[in-house]
Amino acid sequence: MILGEKLTFEYAAYDETPPVLTLKGVDITVKAGEFIAILGHNGSGKSTLAKHLNALLVPAEGTLWIKGADTKDAENTWRIRQTVGMVFQNPDNQIIATIVEEDVAFGPENLGVKPTEIRKRVDESLAAVGMSEHSLAPPHHLSGGQKQRVAIAGVLAMHPECIVLDEPTAMLDPSGRREVMETITKLNRESGMTVILITHFMEEAAQADRILVMDDGVLVMNDIPRNIFRQAEAMQKLGLGVPGVTELAHELRRRGLDVADDVLTIEEFMSDKAIKSLL
Amino acid sequence: MKAQTNRLNPQPNEGAEETSPYIIELRQISHIYNEDSVFEKRAIDNVSLKIKAGEMVALIGHTGSGKSTLIQHLNALLKPSSGMVLINGKDIHTDKAKLKSIRQRVGLVFQYPEHQLFEAEVFKDVAFGPNQMGLTEEEVNTRVKSALEVVGLDESCYHKSPFELSGGQKRRAAIAGVLAMRPEILILDEPTAGLDPRGRDEILSQIKHMHTKLGLTIILVSHSMDDAARLTDRILVMNKGCIICDGTPIEVFAQGEMLKNIGLDVPQISSLMTCLHEKNSNLPTGIFSVEAAADAIMKLVRP
Repeated sequence: MILGEKLTFEYAAYDETPPVLTLKGVDITVKAGEFIAILGHNGSGKSTLAKHLNALLVPAEGTLWIKGADTKDAENTWRIRQTVGMVFQNPDNQIIATIVEEDVAFGPENLGVKPTEIRKRVDESLAAVGMSEHSLAPPHHLSGGQKQRVAIAGVLAMHPECIVLDEPTAMLDPSGRREVMETITKLNRESGMTVILITHFMEEAAQADRILVMDDGVLVMNDIPRNIFRQAEAMQKLGLGVPGVTELAHELRRRGLDVADDVLTIEEFMSDKAIKSLL
Repeated sequence: MKAQTNRLNPQPNEGAEETSPYIIELRQISHIYNEDSVFEKRAIDNVSLKIKAGEMVALIGHTGSGKSTLIQHLNALLKPSSGMVLINGKDIHTDKAKLKSIRQRVGLVFQYPEHQLFEAEVFKDVAFGPNQMGLTEEEVNTRVKSALEVVGLDESCYHKSPFELSGGQKRRAAIAGVLAMRPEILILDEPTAGLDPRGRDEILSQIKHMHTKLGLTIILVSHSMDDAARLTDRILVMNKGCIICDGTPIEVFAQGEMLKNIGLDVPQISSLMTCLHEKNSNLPTGIFSVEAAADAIMKLVRP
């Protein structure tokens, strides 16, 4: 689905300041249907990488192929942007129409889709994110989580095969975060959508199939969540953390209790042998 | 002339004839947006609240619960539809001329405050507020330096463009801009939103530092239950314009079900301890830090 080799990107220099190298030879592969989380501190290059995935940025060196199409080739740009849809942090910046369903229709309309087909796509997309009953609502009457789901529906209506979400829950309250995460996991599990989620919340990343960790423009870790969060100390050194229960498991190990070092959820913690023997 | 002297040296109890033990007091305030129209919305519904000087309080609630409306009443950006707002025991809406001094005493840091940075250099940006207060250049410089020191930005940042700073640094520069006006009360709306874990830790420890070192009264508005539990010893929970819960983190997080019903959450460790408690009642609930949870579990191993 996505194959990138030795991707390098620098933001243009101005005045005397040296150019800022934000990607330093990143190799990335994503298979169709995978759910990938990208972690990294602010400024580690996550968002720059994400913007390469639908050719908003093209690599200075190295090559990125989306379903075999080179992103550097301007002829492929349209096709790539239909294949890979993006959702950003602030829902208010992404919604442009005054009625929810018109906003969702904006994408397919611009692709030149037939009106009857647009209607079908809008209904399907709103149903997929659980917002059908709000299809005629003005977006500013919706909560943050609802607005973000409308933004996701807007991308779905363009029938992408992969969806990239750049910190979609950063501005939301806990229920909004839950709604968006449930929508994302459902899209991945039920419709086989390839999902790339950039986040600062470790509990969200723990739900992915695989986690990529970026640091200073370099991909430093690439593994399943269990193996990533097992390295609690390394994660902390990178300015990141691990989910609360994982941290507790590590703390208990330090104090001599033989808890597994790779528990990720409350359920796993509760069913750990060492914990069970205490209950 | 007299008014100006007051502005130059705001005294903590300036003009408070009746001394009050509470720095902030809300008496049955309500706020209705678009009153008498079809869009009428009661955003604050009969809220009464007392906060002592030097307290650090967290205000939590889902989007649209009325948090932001409430805090805008504290520095007179909004006027209640009914009820009274008292700062240092004085009704702030009796004298219009005093509003300016209220806004200096109650510093409000909005969400994503770094979007409000506009000067070419960090130092100048922080100096903007105090400059508007009519202070001498020397006093402005002193204030800017000490404000930047409090938020942990050293001299190497003074003449940088705000755009050259990291996300966490930008946010701290913006907070310094409010601190430089030397408020007695500092209200921070979602100060950790969008920051990575290290940025979050930095901001939170600076806030703690401001509270202990400067003795500021701090109100932290947050979606993050972990932040609220870590920093404060009093949590106010808002829902539908009312304060429905006011207590210590232990008291508030004990009501996990209620919090979930109103779109909030409890810290993950807190839910875990509740699950463990159901299986073994020797394990206490009301724990939300990793250390405290580890202590409690180890007690079972080695009583």
